[in-house]
Amino acid sequence: MATTAKTKRDYSLVGESTRRAIETGLASAEWYHTDVSRKTMKELMQRSDGPAIRDTIIWIAAILGSAAGIIWFWGTWWVVPFLVVYGVLYGSSSDSRWHECGHGTAFRTRWMNDVVYQIASFMVMRNPVTWRWSHARHHTDTIIVGRDAEIAVMRPPDLLKAGLAFTGILDFRYSLPALVRQALGRLSDDEKSYVPEMEQAKAVTAARWHVAIYVATIALAIALRSWLPLALIGLPRLYGTWHMVMTGLLQHIGLADNVVDHRLNTRTVYMNPISRFIYWNMNYHVEHHMFPMVPYHALPRLHELIKHDLPVANPSIWHAYREVWPVLLRQLRYEDYYLKRELPPTARPYREEFHGVDMSAAAE
Amino acid sequence: MAEWVEACAVDDVDEEDVIRFDHGGRTFAIYRSPDDRFFATDGFCTHEKAHLADGLVMDEIIECPKHNGRFNYKTGQAKGAPVCVNLKTYAVKVAAGKVMIEID
Ligand code: FES
Repeated sequence: MATTAKTKRDYSLVGESTRRAIETGLASAEWYHTDVSRKTMKELMQRSDGPAIRDTIIWIAAILGSAAGIIWFWGTWWVVPFLVVYGVLYGSSSDSRWHECGHGTAFRTRWMNDVVYQIASFMVMRNPVTWRWSHARHHTDTIIVGRDAEIAVMRPPDLLKAGLAFTGILDFRYSLPALVRQALGRLSDDEKSYVPEMEQAKAVTAARWHVAIYVATIALAIALRSWLPLALIGLPRLYGTWHMVMTGLLQHIGLADNVVDHRLNTRTVYMNPISRFIYWNMNYHVEHHMFPMVPYHALPRLHELIKHDLPVANPSIWHAYREVWPVLLRQLRYEDYYLKRELPPTARPYREEFHGVDMSAAAE
Repeated sequence: MAEWVEACAVDDVDEEDVIRFDHGGRTFAIYRSPDDRFFATDGFCTHEKAHLADGLVMDEIIECPKHNGRFNYKTGQAKGAPVCVNLKTYAVKVAAGKVMIEID
């Protein structure tokens, strides 16, 4: 069990942890993969437009339908259920659409991925260029401190910040100023560390488009003397973001860092069908990280195929939070403490010496 | 100096698929297109070190298994982020059931 905190983590992407990760070979390392035959993997990787077109039609219809309800019932209490639905579609499901279309796996047809990617990036308030690159880094160096730009909860955990994330306030605090900064032509040192020079101008252009839409929305709200335009564009990222955070935090929170086996640092959680629609099956997160070529609609099949080699999935969102909560509390005092995911007897064991993790700090 | 090297037998590669071929400390990817023609490129993605032979062939596109970067394997052209640098291609000929590639 854990004793004392030995490591001070430096989460900047150009700092001491970065240097150490490169030096020790943790950066851009070879990762563990469960054996799957080429023939089966080819079948799983196959792309088709059908499932994503179906889901996108439902998605757009639900967005437009709930938006119409908001406009119709604006000024009455009847607007609340429509805000709830619209908020989650805008502020949460946009994250999974951004994610899947960013990988280019949702649709077979490239332009369909690109169109949904651009729309979802705007909704989720992410620069479509910088975030494409940060996500590539997240896949290369998943939860490698000093390398991964998308570590949601750092150690020791800032629980207030994690709690506030459910409200979207932090995105307004950080994402919006970042967009404005980028629109002014300035990328941060961290961003420059993962966005290649030849792509940086595109990031500035994208940020300008996003900022222009927000400015136009604010202008319209002032002209109409109404909050309605902002309730439809921008603010849903505040009031509808909770589902994205609830599901997204579980991807890696409380698990090992600085390891090269997604079974140790990533979590698969069984979820209800509505959450899975909103989240586009990203609850099969170990599977996604191990095989990012497999489209969202094939992840349940992949899960069935390789689950003998993975830690047992959490049976529910609630179960996963109950499991991780004590770990987070413990990490407040011992930042090296983490939850070690147990493998079934059918799995290939973790190569602990290879991962270089101090297992003495693990909760079983 | 360029030389022709036997990479594999024709039947080693399925239609619309790719295999890895290592030679002289280098790694290559050998493709068979849906219209039954053969092509060859460098084996590693130009973004990071990932074997393209683990990726997915769709029509004339090879998609990298690591971050889904796409190249046209016939021309080597990178099709957009996260791949920005084109892939080197090699001349290919088929003779007596063997796929030969010209390596410099
Ligand atoms: S390694 Fe090929 S796209 Fe990143």
